[in-house]
Amino acid sequence: MKVELRGITKRFPGVIANEDVNLSVNSGEVLALLGENGAGKSTLMNCLYGLYKPDEGAILINDQIVDFETPGDAMAAGIGMVHQHFMLVPVFTVAENLMLGNESVNGPLGVLNLGDARKRINDLSDKYNLPVDPDALVRDLPVGVEQRAEILKALYRDADCLILDEPTAVLTPDEIAELEKVIRELADSGKSIIFITHKLGEVMRIADQIVVLRHGKVVGRTTPEDTTELGLASMMVGRDVQLVVDKPEAEPGAPMLEVRDLSVLDDRDAVAVESLDFEIRAGEILAVAGVQGNGQTELVEAITGMRPALTGSIHLDGEDITSATPRELWTRDLGHIPEDRQADGLVEPFSVADNLVLNTYNWKPFAKGILRDSSEVRSHANQLVEDFDVRTASIDTHAGTLSGGNQQKVIVAREFTHSSRLLVAAQPTRGLDVGSIQYIHGRIVAERDSGAAVLIVSSELDEVLALADRVAVMYEGRFSGMLEGDEISRNRIGLLMAGRTGDSVDSQDGDSQERDSQETDTREPPTQDPAANGSTE
Amino acid sequence: MIDEDSPGMNPGLAEAASGEFPGETENGNGRTPRWRKFLRSLKVPALAIFSALFLGGILIILTDTDVLWAWARFFNDPMRALTRSWEAVWDAYSALFAGAFGSLSAWSETLLRATPLILAGLAVAFAFKASLFNIGANGQMILGAIFSAYVGFTFDVTGWILVPLALAGGVLGGFLWGGIAGVLKATTGAHEVITTIMLNFIAAFLLAYFLTTDTFLPSGSANPISKNMLEQARLHRFIGGERVDIGIFVAIAAVVLVWWVLEKSTLGFQVKAVGLSPDAAKYSGMKVALIIALTLAAAGGLAGLAGATVVLGATGVLTGGVIGNLGFDAIAVALLGRSNPWGVLAAAILFGGLNAGAVNMQAETQIPVDIVIVIQALIILFVAAPGLVRAIYRIKKVDTEEAQSFTSSWGSS
Amino acid sequence: MTTIPANASADEIQAPTDGEVALEAEELRKAKRVGWIWIFVGVAIIWLFGFGSEAGVETTFNLSLESDLSITLPSRISCFVIGAIIVLLGIVQSMRPLPKRTIFTVLVVLLAVFAFLIWATRDSSFSMVGMLQSTLIRATPLALGALAGVLCERSGVVNIAIEGMMLFAAFMGSFAAAASGNLWIGFAVGVVSGGILAYGHAGLSVTYKVDQIISGTVINFFALGITSYLAAQILTKYPDLNRAGTFARIKIPILGDIPFIGEILFDNNIYVYVAYFLLPFVTFMLFKSRWGLRVRSVGELPKAADTVGINVYRTRYISVILGGGAAGLAGSFLSLGSVGSFQQNMTAGRGYIALAAMILGRWNPMGALGAALLFGFAESLQSKLAIIGTPIPSEFLLMAPYIVTLFFVAGFGGRAQPPAADGVPYEQG
Repeated sequence: MKVELRGITKRFPGVIANEDVNLSVNSGEVLALLGENGAGKSTLMNCLYGLYKPDEGAILINDQIVDFETPGDAMAAGIGMVHQHFMLVPVFTVAENLMLGNESVNGPLGVLNLGDARKRINDLSDKYNLPVDPDALVRDLPVGVEQRAEILKALYRDADCLILDEPTAVLTPDEIAELEKVIRELADSGKSIIFITHKLGEVMRIADQIVVLRHGKVVGRTTPEDTTELGLASMMVGRDVQLVVDKPEAEPGAPMLEVRDLSVLDDRDAVAVESLDFEIRAGEILAVAGVQGNGQTELVEAITGMRPALTGSIHLDGEDITSATPRELWTRDLGHIPEDRQADGLVEPFSVADNLVLNTYNWKPFAKGILRDSSEVRSHANQLVEDFDVRTASIDTHAGTLSGGNQQKVIVAREFTHSSRLLVAAQPTRGLDVGSIQYIHGRIVAERDSGAAVLIVSSELDEVLALADRVAVMYEGRFSGMLEGDEISRNRIGLLMAGRTGDSVDSQDGDSQERDSQETDTREPPTQDPAANGSTE
Repeated sequence: MIDEDSPGMNPGLAEAASGEFPGETENGNGRTPRWRKFLRSLKVPALAIFSALFLGGILIILTDTDVLWAWARFFNDPMRALTRSWEAVWDAYSALFAGAFGSLSAWSETLLRATPLILAGLAVAFAFKASLFNIGANGQMILGAIFSAYVGFTFDVTGWILVPLALAGGVLGGFLWGGIAGVLKATTGAHEVITTIMLNFIAAFLLAYFLTTDTFLPSGSANPISKNMLEQARLHRFIGGERVDIGIFVAIAAVVLVWWVLEKSTLGFQVKAVGLSPDAAKYSGMKVALIIALTLAAAGGLAGLAGATVVLGATGVLTGGVIGNLGFDAIAVALLGRSNPWGVLAAAILFGGLNAGAVNMQAETQIPVDIVIVIQALIILFVAAPGLVRAIYRIKKVDTEEAQSFTSSWGSS
Repeated sequence: MTTIPANASADEIQAPTDGEVALEAEELRKAKRVGWIWIFVGVAIIWLFGFGSEAGVETTFNLSLESDLSITLPSRISCFVIGAIIVLLGIVQSMRPLPKRTIFTVLVVLLAVFAFLIWATRDSSFSMVGMLQSTLIRATPLALGALAGVLCERSGVVNIAIEGMMLFAAFMGSFAAAASGNLWIGFAVGVVSGGILAYGHAGLSVTYKVDQIISGTVINFFALGITSYLAAQILTKYPDLNRAGTFARIKIPILGDIPFIGEILFDNNIYVYVAYFLLPFVTFMLFKSRWGLRVRSVGELPKAADTVGINVYRTRYISVILGGGAAGLAGSFLSLGSVGSFQQNMTAGRGYIALAAMILGRWNPMGALGAALLFGFAESLQSKLAIIGTPIPSEFLLMAPYIVTLFFVAGFGGRAQPPAADGVPYEQG
C-alpha cells in the first residue's frame, strides 16, 4: 500500500506543529521519521491516523485522496499504529485487547466469540513470528511481549501500513534487534512501515528512506547509504553538535555512600531491587545505566528516602540513613533531581519563587516559626534565577508555564544551593535541548569536583558515557556489571543492559558469539559517534 | 508511612485542582491591579447567581396556576399574561429579598443561618485546598453538636468558661470525626468521599443512639430531645430581641484564621503543595500523609465548631434533625466561594439570606421555601461549569480562570 | 528465530531470593492473622452467645408466614456448636492457610450472624421468613441503585448522583402514575426521568468536564430542591396527584408455593423480578459481550478505545443514561413498589447506600447485589430485633454495614480496585 502525505500543516494555539510536510512510503518499504523530541513527529502521525485533523494538506492512499475523521476511518483504510505508550487495557486479556473495536460476536446480544479471536491471533502469531498467549492478562506481560501484542493488534485489523511510534524506547538491545527483524519481515511481506524515532543507530540499520523533521518542517531526506549518523544528527539539531563534557579526571576520596544488601519492593509489591551492594566515593560519579524499569526508579527512591528498604542498609558518610525521611536527608546534604520533574520536582501551579523554597519553606529566613516571610522568599528567588540563568518572565510566573529546560534549572537551583555530600540525579536531561543539557552536565561535574558523591541514573547511553567515572548496569533489579576506566564502552554496556553477566561479555564464546558479532556489526563503535544521539534528547 | 499509590492522589487532576483562582494569587501578569482581578473573579459567580434566579423565576411561573391560566388566554390578552408572570416573580423575589436583607431582624436571621454555613463551608473549602472532597461536614457537625451539647448541659460553671469549653468540645468532636477519614486516607488511601459518606451515616446513628440514653435525655423522658443547654452555655444574643448571636463573630474569626493559615503560614504552604502536587510535596520532604490526615481533621474541627454554634445558639437542645442538611449546603457554599475563605463568607451570607428570605417569601406569597434549594443547585451548577455560563453569555475564556477540578477522583490513571 | 531473552529467563527456575522470601513470609503472616481472628470470633461466640444463653432454653425460627413450618434449636448447644466450628476453621487457617479464603470468610460471617440470632431470640420464636422477605425488599432499591453506579463507573464516570436520580424518579414516577391512573406509565416515567437526570450528569462531566463528584453533588441538590418544591407546590394543593398506589405482588405459580423459599423469592412485585433479571443479565453483558467490552475499555483506558475507533463520549453518555434508568427503577420502586405515594426526601440517603454497595460489590452487579442484601439484612434485622428487644442498641446494628464498608474501602479484607479511568474526564483528539 502506498501512503502519501502532501503539504500537511497542523497548528495548535500558539504553535505550528507541522508545516507543509510531504512524504510518501511504498509497499515493502521502511520509512524512518527522525527528529528530536517535540519536532512534530507524533503530531504528524496522529494526523495520518485520524486522531488529529490537519489544517492544510491531504493524505493519499494508493494515490486516492482520503479524509479521516476518526482513527476508525484510518483503520478501515488499512493504517495501523503502534503507540509509544501502549494502548492496551491492563486488566483485559491479549485476545480481548486485540479484538476491541473489531469484535467477532455471536447472537443478537453480541456475545464475544473469543475462540475465533484466539484462532486469528494464533494464525497471525505464526505468520509473522510474533508469539504471544491470547489468554494472558496484559498487565502480566513483560514490556517486549506487550509490544508484540500491540503490533499484532494492528495486524489483527488487517493493517497494510504500520506506524511505529518510538518503539524501541523501552526495549533492551536484544529486544531491539528482535524488533528490527520483525519490521524487516513485515516489510518483506508487503506492508509499508513508518518508523518514528530519535535514535540514529536504528535508523541506519533498518530504514529504506529517511525523513528528518525539525520544528515541524522537513529538513532533510536521505537514505542510510547516503549519510552518516553524524550527518543525521546535525540535520536533526540544525547545527554541528558535540557532546563533550569538560570533565577533569576524578579524584575520588573516601567512600561517601555505602549500600549493602539492599532490596526494595515496587508498587505492585514485587521485588524491584535485589540485594544490591555498591559504594560511591566522594568526588566520583557513578552512573547507573539500564533499560527503564529494571529497578532504577526504586533504587533511587530507596536512597532518597521515598521508599522503604525491604532488606539491607544505606550509609551516608558512615551514618545510617536506611530509614531516614527525605527531610532528614536534606539536612544531611543530599541533593536530589527527581526523574519526573513535572510531577515530582515542581508544584507546577506554584510560582517559581515558591518552588525554589519547596524544601526550605520552613527554614530561616524563609519562615519565622510558622509564619512565612515572603520578602525573603522573593529576594532568594531573584538571586537564584540570576545565578542559574532561569529564563522566566518573573519569579511570580507559574513554574508549569516554563520550558522543560528552565523547569529543570529551577530544580537544579533549588537542590544545588547548599553544597551536597551526595547528589542523586535521575534522568537529569531527559527531553531537554542541547544548551540546557550542557549546562546541567557542567553543574553536575562541578558538584563532583567540589567533593560530592554523585549517582546518575540514565537510560541514555550517551549521557552515561559523557558523565560517568564508573558505570553500573542494572538488569532485573541487580547490577549485571560494574565498569571502570577503559572497560567503559558502548558495546559492553549494551550487552550488560540485556542481562549478560560480566563473564559472557568478556569471553565472547559459544552461542553468544553470533549475537555479539551482530551487535558489533550493527552498532557504530563508540569513538565514531560521540555526537550521535545524547544531544538529540 | 506514606502510601505509595493512594488512588485519590492523582497528580494529573491535583495539578488542576483548585487553589489558583484569579485575584487570589499573583501570577504571570503580575501588573494587573488587585481590584481589577477581584472584579474579574466576581464575573462568573455574579452571572451564576443571576442565571439561577432567572431560571427560578421561570419555575415560579410554571407552577403558579393563576399565571398559567393567564398564559392560556395569551391570545386574548397577551399583556395580562406577561404582567401576571412579572408580578408573580417580582412579588416572590422582593419578599425573598426583604426577608433576607430588608430589615434589622432580616439581617439577624440571615446572619444566624449564615453562621454554621460559614464554618462548615470553611471545612469543605479548606479540604479542597488539599485536593480533598470533604463530603462529611454533616457527620462532623453532628459529632461537634453532640460533644458541645454534652458540655453545654453538664458543667454548671460560669459562661466565660463554659462557652469556650463547649465550643472547644465541638471542635474536638469534629476533629476526631474528620480525623478518622483523614487517617484512613493517609494510611490506606481509602477515598475520602466514600469514608466521609459512611461516617455521615454512622454519626447520624450515633446521635440517634445518644438520644436514647439517660446521659442525654431529661429524666423520665423517652422523646429523642436532649436536656436543655444551661442558660450560661447559650451564645450571647447581642441585639436585643433578635436571634443572631455571637456565633457569627466566631465564624468570622475562623475565616480570618483559615485565610491566615493558607496564605501566611508554612502549614498552608504545605496543604496547598499537597493539594496541587502530592508527589512534589513528598519529594521535597513534606509529610504528605500527615498533612492529609491533619487537613481532614482540621476541616472536621471547623465543621464541629459549626455544629456547636447550632446547639449552643439557635436551638439550645440536641435533636435528631438538629444538623439537617447543613453539611451538604456547606458544599455549595464552598463551591460558590471558590474555596477562598472570604468567598466562603460571602457565599454563606448569600445562602443564609436565601434561606431566611425564603421563610418570608412563603409567608407572603405561598411559594414553598424549597425553591431556594433549586436556586442554590442552579448557582453551584453554573459556578462549577463556567463553560455553561460562558456559552450562555458568550464570554471569552480568561486563561487564569480555568481551575475547576477541585478534587481527585478514585480512578487511578 | 530466537525468542526474546527477557522471556526465557522468566522460565528458568531460580532460587528464591531474599526479597521473595521476605515477601512470602509476609503473605503467610497475613493468612495466619486471619486464622487468629476467626479463633477469636469463635471463642467470643461460645463465650457471649453460648454461655449467654441459659441452659435448656430453645430458639424457634418460623419458616413460613402461611403455615406453621418452623424449626426449634437448643440455644446454648447450637451456639457452642457454631462457635466450635469457627474455632476449628481458625485453627486450620492459622496452621495451614486454606485456599479460597473469601468463601470461608463469608461462611464464618454467616455462621456468626446465625449464632447471634439464636442468642438474641432465645426463649421465643422469630419469623425467619419475614425477616428474609423484608431483607429482599429493602435490598431491591439498593441493588438497582448500585447497578446504576456500576454502569456509570465501569464507563469511567463517577456517580454520586444516584441519590438525586432516585429521588427525582420517585417523584416523577409517582406523579405520572397518579395523574394518568396507570401504574405502568409511572413505571416508565420513573425510568425515563432517571435517565434524563443522568443525561445532565453525562453532559456536565463528559462534555463540560466538570469535576464528576461536583456534578453529582449538583444533581443531588437539584433533585432534592425540585421534588420538594413541586411536592409542596402541587401535591399539597392537589392531594389526588399523590395517590399513585403500588404494584400488586405477583405470586409465580408452582415456584411461589414452595414453602419458605417460595414465600421469600417468588411472591413479590414487578420491581423485584426486574431486579432479579437485570443484575445477572447486566453482569453477563458487561463481561461477555461486545457492548460490555467496549464500556469497560472506555472506563479503563479511554485512549485505547479511542484509537480503535470507539467513540468514548458516546459510550460514556449511553452508559451513564442507562445507569440513570436503573436509578430510576430504584427510585420509582420506593414510591410505586413500596409506599404508594411520594414523600419529601423519601430516598433518605439510600442512593449513598447504593454507592457503598457498589464499592463493596467491587464494581460488579452481582457483587453489589450481595452487598445490598447485607445492608437490607442489617436493616430488617434491626427492625425485628427492635421489637423483640436485645441488649444491643438497634442503632449499632444499623451502623454495622457502614462500618463494614469503611473497613473495606480502607483495604482490610482486600482493597477494591475501581476502573482505572474512573472519574477522569477524557479529552477527545
